[in-house]
Amino acid sequence: MGRLYAVEIVYRGIFQKKLAVNVSRAIVLAAHREGRPGISFGRYGDSPERNGIPAKYFAIVADDELTLEEGMAKYEPKEVDVSICLDDTLFKGVESWAWYGLQPINKLVRENGTLVVTTLKGPGELTPVAHRKAQPYKLAIVKATPSFSGLWVYKDDHTDVRVLGAIAKAVPQMFSLASLQQTIRDEWHDELKVKSATKAYNSFSTTTVTPDQGNPEEPYKFDMPKWTEMREGIAIPGIAVGDQVKDPVTGEKGGWRPGRNATFKKWATRTMRPVIDFEKCIKCTLCWLQCPDSCFDVMPDGMYDANLEACCGCGVCEAVCPEKDCVTMVNEAQFKDNHSQWEDWRKDGPAYLAELASWIKDKPARSHGFNIRGQYEKEVPAEIAREA
Amino acid sequence: MAEALAPEAPHHKTATEKTSLITGSEAIAVACQLADVDVITGYPIRPYDTVMQYIAKLVANGEMDCEYIIAEGEHSQFEIVKHASACGARVFCGSSGVGWMYAMEALTVTPALRIPMIAMVGNRALDDPGAFGVEHNDALAVRDLGWQLVWVDSAQEALDTALIAYRVAEDRRVFLPCAISCDGAFLTHSQGIVKIPSKAQVDKFLPRYNRGDLLLHPDNPITVAPQANEDWLMEIRRQTAAGMERSPTVIREAYADFAKVFGRKYENPFFEEYMTDDADVVLVGMGTLSNPVRVAIREMRKDGKKVGFVRLRWFRPFPGEDLAKSLSRFKAVGVIDRDFSLGSPYSSGVVATETRAALYAAGAKPPVIGFICGLGGREVLLQDVRKMADKISEAAAGKPQAATQWIGLRE
Repeated sequence: MGRLYAVEIVYRGIFQKKLAVNVSRAIVLAAHREGRPGISFGRYGDSPERNGIPAKYFAIVADDELTLEEGMAKYEPKEVDVSICLDDTLFKGVESWAWYGLQPINKLVRENGTLVVTTLKGPGELTPVAHRKAQPYKLAIVKATPSFSGLWVYKDDHTDVRVLGAIAKAVPQMFSLASLQQTIRDEWHDELKVKSATKAYNSFSTTTVTPDQGNPEEPYKFDMPKWTEMREGIAIPGIAVGDQVKDPVTGEKGGWRPGRNATFKKWATRTMRPVIDFEKCIKCTLCWLQCPDSCFDVMPDGMYDANLEACCGCGVCEAVCPEKDCVTMVNEAQFKDNHSQWEDWRKDGPAYLAELASWIKDKPARSHGFNIRGQYEKEVPAEIAREA
Repeated sequence: MAEALAPEAPHHKTATEKTSLITGSEAIAVACQLADVDVITGYPIRPYDTVMQYIAKLVANGEMDCEYIIAEGEHSQFEIVKHASACGARVFCGSSGVGWMYAMEALTVTPALRIPMIAMVGNRALDDPGAFGVEHNDALAVRDLGWQLVWVDSAQEALDTALIAYRVAEDRRVFLPCAISCDGAFLTHSQGIVKIPSKAQVDKFLPRYNRGDLLLHPDNPITVAPQANEDWLMEIRRQTAAGMERSPTVIREAYADFAKVFGRKYENPFFEEYMTDDADVVLVGMGTLSNPVRVAIREMRKDGKKVGFVRLRWFRPFPGEDLAKSLSRFKAVGVIDRDFSLGSPYSSGVVATETRAALYAAGAKPPVIGFICGLGGREVLLQDVRKMADKISEAAAGKPQAATQWIGLRE
């Protein structure tokens, strides 16, 4: 029997779907060049057609067909040689549409396996965010702004080939750099991409993460009931209607917070979150009306507070808000919890506004792909020149 | 219908049983009236439309109080009653042939939601060609989905079975839909003398529909049928299967109570045996073909041929063990299918295939010959029955026979 290799690619729906497919396919094609059979597939229960929802792709490669078949007998691998995290905000954990609770980003990485992440952060910043793991693993960083594109546009900023270069170095038995280079030539006909992959291969380095490093929290999970314990007729309890909201300063009750699913709370689902400058809000109701997840609560003073337990981070509120800099989508990574922005603002307005300014500072470093015509031509060539 | 019932006052006011000359469809309509059905949807297609016409007449005459909705198609027809049933209403609907097939999506979702919908299928050949006559493929198309399926062969049995169907379907142990199949023309369009029970008797037999914690109502806030992934589907299917597995017990209880309340006893709820006690060989079939079969058997008996007949009533739940036990007594079995199952084992019909499967575990396995007969409403003639009996007798004598034979075909 030969050896089995498994690579997991964790990515954000829509924004990184093409990127994840590119990486996964090229792994199989590069290995195939060396006579190794392989299979590339997306996790079916995920919903990568939704903006930003965490999803997974897998590339399985083996030394021979029989080993591959044995590997595929468990459709979704339980252990991988390499996990690729295409967005560093996923270090909080993976909440996929195929809801299995919060899955640590390093969950499938085997002992001394490698977790590759595209990020501008360093290991010191990232290691404490990922959950602790009983066995040591290696962290490798491909230095880049996490690459986000849109539904119709692929941002060809070479993230795909740079990640592939890192994989070639991490698991040299799977495919060589030469095989990868030839695969890139055949697939993309672009020598600049070959150069980017080679550079990533040469600059690859890892830091070992030990079992005492990382977030000590137990990630939440669900108990799945037996069939005899479930209510019949595909019926589940309804959501409570909702209640008024209490003003933390005056104690006055007013507004409306609708009841929501107590189990299905959003946290790592988002890569960005809306932050609100309540001083700029004109109470036009558009965010409240247009939010696809009805995540805005009405406050006693008529303001709209994004309830982050319900927010998927899609950015529609920012897009529909008519006031400049009232709703701003910012990097999710900087937040430690889901608590109410409106309450902070009510308790101490100036302090909240100062915090708001610090969140927004990071804004240009991240976006949900392309928002304006000509953005690709303006941004991507400069990025590629910088990387290559 | 008004004429048929004219001699007496509207019968829901009558305390005792009376008799009327009515069709199978009319009998089902009367059962709906007696069961005080709350919501009824209709969409015309022959031969089922006879039921909706009779019910419309009852409503128009002020003899029946229900929401009577004409849908814009069969799909809506079945969806409307599905939702009404979820809200606690006793419901009725029905269709025929391709109309039933047009409702297929609604038919598919109904069992898993545990909706005790009662439907009448006026059995009709599926298009093409467009034809009115009976074939059983319409109702049989839902045989794997969680529908209880029952075939009747007289107007009296149609009325009785409709009342029993409500009792069984609405039992919390079951909570599954039930379709009552009536052969187009032979039952839907021919009148027979039917004993009509009093409303008081029916009330005694049939408790109110209680949906319990599955009731869709503001006082019981639930979400029904949310999107679910692979983590839930098997458990949901197992629950539906458990409902169907409990159905035979509930059916037996209902028939026993029916005999007590109405004084009409159906010996074995699942299938009816005719002249089987001393029979060497038997024919098996469903629906109104029982009539020519019984007559032919009586004729053949005069010639000394010991032929019996087993009329299958409940196809779902299929009485596998009981039927196998019964059929293993005989030297050969012929199954008459008024349907087809193209590409099935031995190119047989549906009932033959199921019967063979049921017999597999039996100790004694008689040879089984499948007969395709009476398709599209073609009459099953006495000579056809004789021919089939001869074939199984030959099989019993050890003479090899083709596994499936088309009878009454121009060839």
